[in-house]
Amino acid sequence: MSGPATGKIRIILPPHLRGLAHVKGELQLEVSGTPTVRSVLDALEANYPMLTGTIRDHVTQQRRPFLRFFACEEDLSHESPDTPLPDAVVSGKEPLLILGAIAGG
Amino acid sequence: MSRVRVLVGTRKGAFILTADGKRDKWKVSGPHFAGWEIYHMKGSPANPNRIFASQTSGWFGQVIQRSDDGGKTWTQPGTPPGEPTTGPGGMPKGESNKFVYDTSAETGKPLTTHQFYDGSQHPWEFKRVWHLEPSLTEPDTVYAGVEDAAIFRSKDGGKSWQELSGLRGHGTGPKWQPGAGGMCLHSIILDHSNPNRIYIAISAAGAFRTDDGGKTWKPINKGLYSKYIPNPTAEVGHCVHHITMNKKRPNVLFMQKHWDVMRSDDAGDNWKEISGNLPTDFGFVIDVHANDPETIYVVPIKSDGEHYVYEGKLRVYRSKTGGNEWEALTKGLPQKDCYVNVLRDAMAVDSLDKCGIYFGTTGGQVYCSPNAGNSWKPIVRDLPAVLSVEVQTLR
Repeated sequence: MSGPATGKIRIILPPHLRGLAHVKGELQLEVSGTPTVRSVLDALEANYPMLTGTIRDHVTQQRRPFLRFFACEEDLSHESPDTPLPDAVVSGKEPLLILGAIAGG
Repeated sequence: MSRVRVLVGTRKGAFILTADGKRDKWKVSGPHFAGWEIYHMKGSPANPNRIFASQTSGWFGQVIQRSDDGGKTWTQPGTPPGEPTTGPGGMPKGESNKFVYDTSAETGKPLTTHQFYDGSQHPWEFKRVWHLEPSLTEPDTVYAGVEDAAIFRSKDGGKSWQELSGLRGHGTGPKWQPGAGGMCLHSIILDHSNPNRIYIAISAAGAFRTDDGGKTWKPINKGLYSKYIPNPTAEVGHCVHHITMNKKRPNVLFMQKHWDVMRSDDAGDNWKEISGNLPTDFGFVIDVHANDPETIYVVPIKSDGEHYVYEGKLRVYRSKTGGNEWEALTKGLPQKDCYVNVLRDAMAVDSLDKCGIYFGTTGGQVYCSPNAGNSWKPIVRDLPAVLSVEVQTLR
């Protein structure tokens, strides 16, 4: 898959959140400053406010326990949310994946 | 002609079942919010086309949905389709799923812990909305009973929520503890005759009442006996599964406790047991006939360790004497090899002249009796496990 226009981050949401946000496929979002998990989520919630509270807690801003952040075949979930995202994500070559745990019925 | 609209919340989505007043031919709509747990849906008495839904998920948390066209289309309050999703300055408008406990010194108390399963104190953590109760008169006002137990109110159609913190802060909170399903506020009853009076019930804390519109609350558990707690007659700590009331007799309440079916004739100040000849008095649902306030319904469940109907027979029990004397209603219900449960918010009654009774099972059936329980038919048989059933009578 080719990358997006310069400055856009590609995001893949779990199916339930795509339904909630009324989107299909992956998203592309402008993120100001150095892209990090926090700044990407800030941009995501600003553009899709219905997702506020579904990925990270409204108050604590902690990642919900059954969600993980992956990119470039690495688990970024336990990194600081202010760690810069990998260059391949920043350049649009690779997406940031938000994954729901494979659990439950 | 009158119509009914049955709102069914399930483990994997919402379904809306509609019929005319005969209640024999049904249209089924859904699943709405496919794949999500729908703990509860309820229509506004002040505007029946307005329906609120609690959509929730262990992965993604709480979402509030609202329909203003009888369930055809849904939006999260604050973000209607076609409108900008952000306000001036780019800030998100959607706050409809934001439930934050009030710990302010002015309106609440900095009460932060309740009793946990192991007896230690544990911080309050919001998990989900169990029950939505729209105002009887104001279409934009709706109450939410949540886990961990608290009551919230929205006055803007579900866009934003504020805790009525006098309940959690009145003093007994540190003694509340979760039942097996979590520490949930699952029942909210608004008094038709007194707009300042609200009843709620919590597992496992008990029943509570406010007489000043939610500012102050008091426990109303006198007469309850729960042998599974250290002091069986304690002021709080009882695992009340559901409470109900006939709006024509607002001082009379009925309760399905963990074990025991109970009745109060003085607005909850005192309770007495009315289990009578029930084969088992464990259960979750209890409801009252809409037109006859002495006719009540329960579905006995075998035990707290075996959450399915007794003897493999799905039987609704009806008392026409306000309790103690019960008859089994079985016509049209499976009478062998049946091991479903009927959860606490999964029974409802309509208000037609021939009162209809509805209930849903963990096996995915929703049954209707158009004749006050004399006979039953399944409206649907194969839904996901049913969490809640409400019915609207549309005239």
